[in-house]
Amino acid sequence: MTRVTPNSDSPTVAGPRRFDKPRTAPGKTGKWIEERLGVSGAARNQLNKVFPDHWSFMMGEIALYSFIILILTGTFLTFFFDASMAEVRYNGSYIPLDGVTMSRAYASTLHISFDVRGGLVMRQIHHWAALLFMASMTVHMFRVFFTGAFRKPRELNWLIGLGLITLGLVEGFAGYSLPDDLLSGTGLRIAEAIIQSIPLIGSWAAFLVFGAKFPGTEIIGRLYIVHVLLVPGILAALIGAHMALLVKQKHTDFPGPGRTEQTVSGERMYPTYGLKAGGFFFIVFAVCAALGGLAQINPVWLFGPYNPAQVSSGSQPDWYIGFLDGSTRLFPSWEIRLWHHTIPPLFWPTVVLPGVLFTLAGAYPFLEAKLTKDRLRHNLLQRPRDVPVRTGLGAMAIAFYAVLLLSGGNDLIAKSFDISLNAMTWGGRIALLVAPPLAYAVAYRICLGLQRHDREVLEHGIETGIIKLLPNGEFIEIHQPLGPVDEHGHGLLQYSGAAVPKKMNRLGNPRRPGLVRGFLWPVRERAEIEAELRALEAQEAERRDRELTD
Amino acid sequence: MSGTASDNAANGLTAEEVAKLSTEEAMIVGAEIDDVFIVHRRERFPIAGTKAEKRAERAVAAMFGIGFLAAVAFIVVFCGAVPYEWHLPGQGSQSFHYFTPLLGLTLGISLGAIGIGTVLWAKWLLPEEEVVQDRHDRPKDPAQQMLTAATIVQGFHDTGIARRSMLKGTLGLAGGALAVVPLVALVGAMIKKPNRGPGQSLFHTLWGSGVAVVDADGKRIGPDDILPGGIMTVFPGVPGGVAAGDSPTLLIRLRPGQAVKARKGQASYQWGDFVAYSKICTHAGCPASLYEQQTGRLLCPCHQSQFQVLEDAKPVFGPATRSLPKLPLGVEVVNGTQYFVAKGDYPEPVGPAFWERP
Repeated sequence: MTRVTPNSDSPTVAGPRRFDKPRTAPGKTGKWIEERLGVSGAARNQLNKVFPDHWSFMMGEIALYSFIILILTGTFLTFFFDASMAEVRYNGSYIPLDGVTMSRAYASTLHISFDVRGGLVMRQIHHWAALLFMASMTVHMFRVFFTGAFRKPRELNWLIGLGLITLGLVEGFAGYSLPDDLLSGTGLRIAEAIIQSIPLIGSWAAFLVFGAKFPGTEIIGRLYIVHVLLVPGILAALIGAHMALLVKQKHTDFPGPGRTEQTVSGERMYPTYGLKAGGFFFIVFAVCAALGGLAQINPVWLFGPYNPAQVSSGSQPDWYIGFLDGSTRLFPSWEIRLWHHTIPPLFWPTVVLPGVLFTLAGAYPFLEAKLTKDRLRHNLLQRPRDVPVRTGLGAMAIAFYAVLLLSGGNDLIAKSFDISLNAMTWGGRIALLVAPPLAYAVAYRICLGLQRHDREVLEHGIETGIIKLLPNGEFIEIHQPLGPVDEHGHGLLQYSGAAVPKKMNRLGNPRRPGLVRGFLWPVRERAEIEAELRALEAQEAERRDRELTD
Repeated sequence: MSGTASDNAANGLTAEEVAKLSTEEAMIVGAEIDDVFIVHRRERFPIAGTKAEKRAERAVAAMFGIGFLAAVAFIVVFCGAVPYEWHLPGQGSQSFHYFTPLLGLTLGISLGAIGIGTVLWAKWLLPEEEVVQDRHDRPKDPAQQMLTAATIVQGFHDTGIARRSMLKGTLGLAGGALAVVPLVALVGAMIKKPNRGPGQSLFHTLWGSGVAVVDADGKRIGPDDILPGGIMTVFPGVPGGVAAGDSPTLLIRLRPGQAVKARKGQASYQWGDFVAYSKICTHAGCPASLYEQQTGRLLCPCHQSQFQVLEDAKPVFGPATRSLPKLPLGVEVVNGTQYFVAKGDYPEPVGPAFWERP
């Protein structure tokens, strides 16, 4: 195992020089820390941790970074927000609402938006980052699902991730309810009706949460502490656990040349991956900042303060609550009345449905392992096409969710496209039953088709686009085999779960040495690279000659 | 952690031997101790100082330069180059409209340029590497597991909890009771008995016999205030009546020729052409606000429940199950002017249903 000198294809980068001097300031700092904490071994291990590089692994990163952005901007907002439902008359600089009676929460939101320098941009960055947080977590979950990354040994992290998404929903709802404007107040009114719809304990639970009959005077203050302390605290702890498990179990990896279940390959965290990830954090923040400045979001001053007698048409929640709004719109008016008691129709689409959905999602890794009798540990991912049943189930879930989400805005769709509102509702009800099985069937067939195409290329080779005229007049296309062939010209390579090259220019070494790609044009021209390589070889030959003559 | 790390502290090398290595070699040795193998490593620009390398370096530096300039621009805009105070159109400078977009733009450019510069630095100028790390994900030594299991089981055995049933019972009791304490403390502090206290009943509203019908400003409303086919949101003329969640009531004046067939026992609730229904949707409690006077349909914009006023506000589409409750309406004459009054509260609970509702 002792291999002091690097591999033959790894010429030393810096030459035989020693530039980590113990007498320099960094050297002394390192010594100071080591003498007190004794962490140099563990630190080196973590600095050398290997991260695989694949675009789909960035979704979780976006979620982590938007959480950091949320904490930064949210802290700014707490300095100015007043979570009180006490009534005040507004006399700030937004003249159209001058003299209007409103809660202090709404008035301080106006204060942040108009009278605090930079307050509006912070509010808007915070809101955009929240939408991005939920979106990236959702897409990250899709990635983990479709590639089978949730399989043993990572079931716990799947559950933690699901917990993060659930808490993210609560956190987002609590957050956008705080301004106490007409839109969010309507959302709270519906939330109260949902709590109240629970059989047996409904009205007790509603009075417990709101402290009185709706709206009461407590709810904004309570949501505030839930939003800035309770849920973020739990989120931070769960994110820590999510990361700790990831470090302990290491990343999953796609199958490919040299990839095994026992190893992970990519770049070391320090310095390459760390620099890339750090840069990516800045890029995510840049997108949120630009959106926060340029794209208006939740202009509460246009909605006005909450008032139980008013509502604006086209009132939608933030996107991640939209699927529940959709389910509420689609569910028929089935009320159960038994022995002088009532179970309102609201109970099923808003309490039972999300309960069932999240339970199913949490149980999925265990159900799949049980049904497929798969007890092995898996570190290599699966391509979605290779597991058509799972991919079909995922497509089914996404179709179900998509119908609910679209139905959450069915009034806007009806208005924009001049469709009857009732037709939209009925369309949604039918689509909710028809679209998921259809999505399953389509996804399943696509998976099989892609599988077959992979096998076909492995067997017959890549289409070269070269047409040949045979002596008998027949035209055939010449195929380039991917590897050794048998006597009939059929490829001997077996499918191994890795991507199969399907174009001629995908053949060969996928990482051409020394090529540095730019955004629009290569940073280095081919000729340049070849000249350098020749110069390097000459140097090497000269060095060898010297060694021989010495 | 690496299983082999501790017993092979520096891959068998002494401190003197490590000191003789180049920094790069020492880095590679350190990685290999943790079973991290650098299988390919080379400079992107093997010869330092070529034109291409300088070009790449300049591009990254340009990014950081843009990041610096945009950050300065943000500070300049923030500190007063653009006013932020809101003004009505025509009353003072309107350039505040640019304040927030400029902040977002400059901050976005600064962060984005620094981010892109950093990524390019990593992709263009750092040595290219292909590194393979051992996962240490083989089955663990069963002996290790057995030793740990024995430690746990023996410790548990030492407490004697299995045979000391009295300790087990009393500890269970104490722990169980104590676990309820935080629950009691929180729920007990927050719990409110529903329907107790003035204005807190889900079964009653602030409407009652003789309560004046007022608009949102507290002004009394009479039959002359609404044209045929018109609607108005009205409230009980009592303290807190306008703000209460279940007060809003829709006062509708039917068009000539329209008639509402009343529910049983509610024939007297209508006054002339006027009917009054609770505005709070019986589905989820939003105000059902959109009235189509031609057809007499009332739509709730939250979940699209539709009520047919001419059929006594019966739900005709969407998720709502129950008709909107009807307010018994009457008129009293004050100083020669007719004003509406309620002849009583709604005969049934208002708004979304709940378990105790019959």
